[in-house]
Amino acid sequence: MNNRSTNKVIILGSSALKIGEAGEFDYSGSQAIKALQEEGIYTVLVNPNIATIQTSDYLADRVYFLPVNAHFVGKVIAKERPDGILLGFGGQTALNCGIELAQANILAEYGVKVMGTPLQTIQDTEDRSLFVKKLTEIGVSAPASRAAESLEEALEVGRELGYPVMVRIAYALGGLGSGICFTEEELTERATKAFSYTHQILVEERLEGWKEVEYEVVRDRFDNCITVCNMENFDPMGIHTGESIVVAPSQTLTNSEYHKLRDIAIRVIRHLGIVGECNIQYALDPDSEEYRVIEVNARLSRSSALASKATGYPLAFIAAKLALGKSLPELENSVTRSTSACFEPALDYIVVKIPRWDLKKFKMVSKRIGTGMKSVGEVMAIGRKFEEVLQKALRMLEIGVDGLVCNPHLNFNDLKKELAEPTDERVFAIPEALKQGFSIEEISELSRIDKWFIYKIKNIVDIEEEIKKYTLDTCPDELLLRAKQTGFSDKQIAFLLGSSEIVLRNKRKEAGITPCIKQIDTLAAEYPARTNYLYLTYNGTEDDVSFDEPDSVVVLGPGAYRIGSSVEFDWCCVNAVHTLRELGYTTIMINYNPETVSTDYDECDKLYFDDLSLETVLDIYEKENPMGVIISMGGQIPNNLAMKLEEAGVKILGTPAVSIDNAENRHKFSDLLDRLNISQPEWKEVTSVEEANRFAGAVGYPVLVRPSYVLSGAAMAVAVSDKELVKFLSKAAEVSREYPIVISKFILNVKEIDIDAVAKNGEIMAYAISEHVENAGVHSGDATLVLPPQRTYLETIRQIKKVTRRIAGALKINGPFNIQFLAENTDVMVIECNLRASRSFPFVSKIFKVNFIDLATRVIMNKPVSIVDKSFFELDYVGVKAPQFSFARLEGADPTVGVEMASTGEVGCLGDDFEEAFLKALISVGCHLKIKSVLLSTGPIESKAAFLGDSRTLKSMGIKLYATKGTADFMRENGIEVETLHWPLEKISPNIVDYIKNKKVDLVINIPRTFQEEELTNDYIIRRLSVDFVIPLITNIQLAQRFVEAIHRKADHDLEIKSWQEYKTIGSAQ
Amino acid sequence: MIKGNLVLEDGTRFEGEIFGSSTPVSGEVVFNTGMVGYPESFTDPSYQGQILTLTYPLIGNYGVPPSERDELGLHTYFESEAIHIRGLVVSEYSKNYSHWNGVKTLNKWLQENNVTGIAGIDTRMLTKKLRQKGVLLGKILPEAEDIELYDPNTINLVAEVSIKEPITYSRGNKRVVLVDCGCKNNIIRSLVQSGVEVLRVPWDYDFMQEDFSGLLISNGPGDPKMAKFTIENVKRAMELDLPIMGICLGNQILALAAGADTYKLKFGHRSQNQPCLEVGTKRCYITSQNHGYAVNSKTLPHGWTEWFINANDETNEGIRHDWKPFRSIQFHPEATPGPVDTGWIFGRFVEMMGRYSV
Repeated sequence: MNNRSTNKVIILGSSALKIGEAGEFDYSGSQAIKALQEEGIYTVLVNPNIATIQTSDYLADRVYFLPVNAHFVGKVIAKERPDGILLGFGGQTALNCGIELAQANILAEYGVKVMGTPLQTIQDTEDRSLFVKKLTEIGVSAPASRAAESLEEALEVGRELGYPVMVRIAYALGGLGSGICFTEEELTERATKAFSYTHQILVEERLEGWKEVEYEVVRDRFDNCITVCNMENFDPMGIHTGESIVVAPSQTLTNSEYHKLRDIAIRVIRHLGIVGECNIQYALDPDSEEYRVIEVNARLSRSSALASKATGYPLAFIAAKLALGKSLPELENSVTRSTSACFEPALDYIVVKIPRWDLKKFKMVSKRIGTGMKSVGEVMAIGRKFEEVLQKALRMLEIGVDGLVCNPHLNFNDLKKELAEPTDERVFAIPEALKQGFSIEEISELSRIDKWFIYKIKNIVDIEEEIKKYTLDTCPDELLLRAKQTGFSDKQIAFLLGSSEIVLRNKRKEAGITPCIKQIDTLAAEYPARTNYLYLTYNGTEDDVSFDEPDSVVVLGPGAYRIGSSVEFDWCCVNAVHTLRELGYTTIMINYNPETVSTDYDECDKLYFDDLSLETVLDIYEKENPMGVIISMGGQIPNNLAMKLEEAGVKILGTPAVSIDNAENRHKFSDLLDRLNISQPEWKEVTSVEEANRFAGAVGYPVLVRPSYVLSGAAMAVAVSDKELVKFLSKAAEVSREYPIVISKFILNVKEIDIDAVAKNGEIMAYAISEHVENAGVHSGDATLVLPPQRTYLETIRQIKKVTRRIAGALKINGPFNIQFLAENTDVMVIECNLRASRSFPFVSKIFKVNFIDLATRVIMNKPVSIVDKSFFELDYVGVKAPQFSFARLEGADPTVGVEMASTGEVGCLGDDFEEAFLKALISVGCHLKIKSVLLSTGPIESKAAFLGDSRTLKSMGIKLYATKGTADFMRENGIEVETLHWPLEKISPNIVDYIKNKKVDLVINIPRTFQEEELTNDYIIRRLSVDFVIPLITNIQLAQRFVEAIHRKADHDLEIKSWQEYKTIGSAQ
Repeated sequence: MIKGNLVLEDGTRFEGEIFGSSTPVSGEVVFNTGMVGYPESFTDPSYQGQILTLTYPLIGNYGVPPSERDELGLHTYFESEAIHIRGLVVSEYSKNYSHWNGVKTLNKWLQENNVTGIAGIDTRMLTKKLRQKGVLLGKILPEAEDIELYDPNTINLVAEVSIKEPITYSRGNKRVVLVDCGCKNNIIRSLVQSGVEVLRVPWDYDFMQEDFSGLLISNGPGDPKMAKFTIENVKRAMELDLPIMGICLGNQILALAAGADTYKLKFGHRSQNQPCLEVGTKRCYITSQNHGYAVNSKTLPHGWTEWFINANDETNEGIRHDWKPFRSIQFHPEATPGPVDTGWIFGRFVEMMGRYSV
């Protein structure tokens, strides 16, 4: 490889966040771009994920917000003519796109070389039979397995290996569609479904219960090869590593096992010819040194992001340098800046990762966890005892638990079942089982979890029992210290002693029990670290760092990715820190999500990779004694701390905490709106079912039920009857025990509009108004946003500005905020107001090319800013933000949208007009334009009527129309020719089931009749089948109408290949 | 549970909990940053006289393996016949273990071998102190007991750990004399696996009377200059022009025999992640190390060059003669504990014996 000829490199991103591909690829892509920039290489990035850091203006030289597929990337290559392409930094999406590009001969045609790991190696790792062949060549064991390319073949292998067997899918991200089959019927079902995504599946011997161990391996082109980190799964084989609790380094492996697997890793990676970074996964027999190599991911992965954060070794950055042809020994260790990057980190702490699930957000989904991924994010805790990190990590999940124990709301009807057939709550069943007298052996046998972990959990239970014997006054300091060392929070101890968190905190501090701050240095203190990558622990006596920096500012991060809080808040935090640094402040970041850029130790002056609980934030605050804390960048977790921090004497920078409370507290906010003479839907705060019923009776159904103080509509629901109302009230009470429940009139058939803005002392400095494509009723996080608005009256916009100005003034807003409106004709109503950065801040900032966070940060720090005089009339283009759903991974989940947010990510695309941007966005989230037939089931009569014109349009385009009976009848009555298909449950042909399974329809439009269907209805089956057989599905009538209009006006070739930089605002054209 | 203290020669005192034996002990306090392999480390004779601090905070997780012996009569899972550390300092020791090959707890093993451990120590703080000040003498004191400080560097530790009578392992047409300065079992095994016969001799044994085709000087504890007899014997052996290899202390002894000098490092290299560059190439190996002294490469006489250097601190990691078959390395190609990446060096040595046979 001659790296002198490499001047321009194209990097592929991973597109929208989805289950199995989350923010870790923003982290790896950003690192790669930085590494390339350092070498003076011109970088071109293709990634429609507009909320990412990597698509910031200061990183890649050219950014294309376009779908990551061979068609679009091919066109970008034709236009940009890069010398090389990096495929390893954008997850499976980028890797698959790279393979397609090569197969379509595009790379060869334009002379683009694949940098780093060669394409052949990627294919050798992705194609199971090639992979096994490679392993066999060097005598390395793989699971007994055979590839099958048809159902018949799969069944033959099943018979040969004997049941149960494991099915895995080639070229799949996060174990999509894989699983255990106990019978031939199960194999038939799974294989049939799988062959709709892929041409090849693997049928394998089952290794359930073996230890699962991973190594992250780095190799350069000079054949230097190191393993940067090894990790052991707490949940053994049978549970996807993305669904497992993971510890680093391994805890139960001897020297012989550790180094045997390490040596195999190196031999395999050399034999495959990886250049850069990869991950190798093993199954290890718990009763011998027998092992199997499960897979190699020839790219940066979620595990590698975790390993980077767990060790401080910047894997993606190094991998990018190696792809350019550098050698490992010539690169430096970026933590010590004095030693070599060719080394293997020594940890003097333990790390635990726990997946974050959001299964409660989905209707009808199974809570079982297994070989496919369902989690949407993860947390990582650092400490010096397993008990300490486990409890800390569980708190970080923000699922309403205070640690492993002291969670009275968690109950298990059948402990044995929970242990043996895990759900997302299994870990909590272990202490419960211990308390009920299960032996450690029994628990280990049922769960296959190694006894070592269960011994440690028993230590936690023992301490819990010990504390219970005391009261606040009698509890000895020595026990208090031991409890803290075992990871108990003040809240947990207070709960056991019948006291309160703050009282316990004071007692603890009086006893001199405070955490110490330790540094991650990659070499276990052998060499000094130059970076401040820090964590808190009670298992130590000395702080590693001093706290004497002047003018320091703390930014609270967003925590784990979950539905409603994802990479966009990471973008906000990183940008806030950038501005603070630019302004000369010492920046301190607190966050614990290993998949983010904000947890990169070089982004800020001090990174506390730790909890965002009141206790920890106060601990850090008291050590650091900063100027103040910024809580408006990290979404709802920091926002919820506002009042508590203020009460504890913390200086909150920006909008005052009391204003935040006035906006978050429905009661206070509503009074404020009344005073300001601003309309809002009728609502009531209720504490009893009777009250709720009375209110619903008075305003009429439907009504919206929700707890106050939660993000992304957790436990929000629309009730259409008394019966539903009762059901939703109890669900809401479960989610938020601390706050009352609010019910409000649910208004139909109105537009929803968002405003994102920055105000200084109540005066608006910048704003962006976006309209939703969908009518009100779809959660704003699931809605398709258009900026600038295309179908909103000027008068409505004027009203919105006026109301916004009044609210900003009344609440003395000093920083970022967001208000959501309903608009009926030109009347507007306020439905929500958040005095913090919102999910759409990166979108509006990038479309407007005005960094709202930079502005907000300056406002917060009381620096001079001027009003941004840039209205949307000055844009020559339109931006559309579309949601990404991950229903395919959530077996059984009903793929509809509603008031509860369900999307896991988003994209934002630009176009010269709405249609162009809209289609690019939809293609980015999995839609396509090759539509020859459509299945219609248009729901309620109003939607049926609304869609008539669009049906005619489809017809005029020569598209074949199928419909369910009611829809078909209605269409025929109106003179539209259509073919009726029978409902799935009718089991008569021509049946919808067969048409979908055989891919005889290219698009399904299914509009639900009610708000919260929770039954196995025909409609549900249609929607679910569409997802399972990868047929684009639209479930909202406005979205369907806009889509039909768009494909009528634009074809594939009308979608222009223009970089972000080429879209000019009038202001910037001067 | 007995409370106790770790007291350093500079007066620093750490409070902790005593485990293993409760006899007060003193020695040179050193740290090792390896994350696995405590049974192997504790039985490495190079630790003679030392109190070992493990920087990895959780120790004892997989218990202690059985006392099985292999076909050579060597311990399968231990590196010598005894535990050589005088004391152990950890953050936490695992009271329970879990492993198919574990037969007892770490606590029990230390008790049986009369080795004193102390837990609950901020090992990171201790390590930073050792890094900044250099290794210090220290003692582990249960309760209020006290003893005198013991300085192992004033004693010929090699003589303490070497065997007393020669032993032959395996049979082969090539015979290696292995000078046992505190030899780890896996060195013997690695040689035997390369197909040679091994004559393991005491450190001061006059092996010149023996018939052999290669000489290997083993690892061992302490200051290489204490092993005067070995240095003299190696000087004589160099005249035979037969292949000579040295490992760790053996590297220093070969250097001294060649006329170079050695010195004490501030805090040594004790870890499993030391990167060693092969001079003149772009190859860098991850190695296992355990040494407190090093060869001063500036003093290498004519005809000698550095074979490996440490990529982190540029200290010497191996020397070689420019035309004669003499090579040695500062790291441990036999691993146990640690990475096995440099195991090929044994093969090279045996290969060299083929070329230079008389």
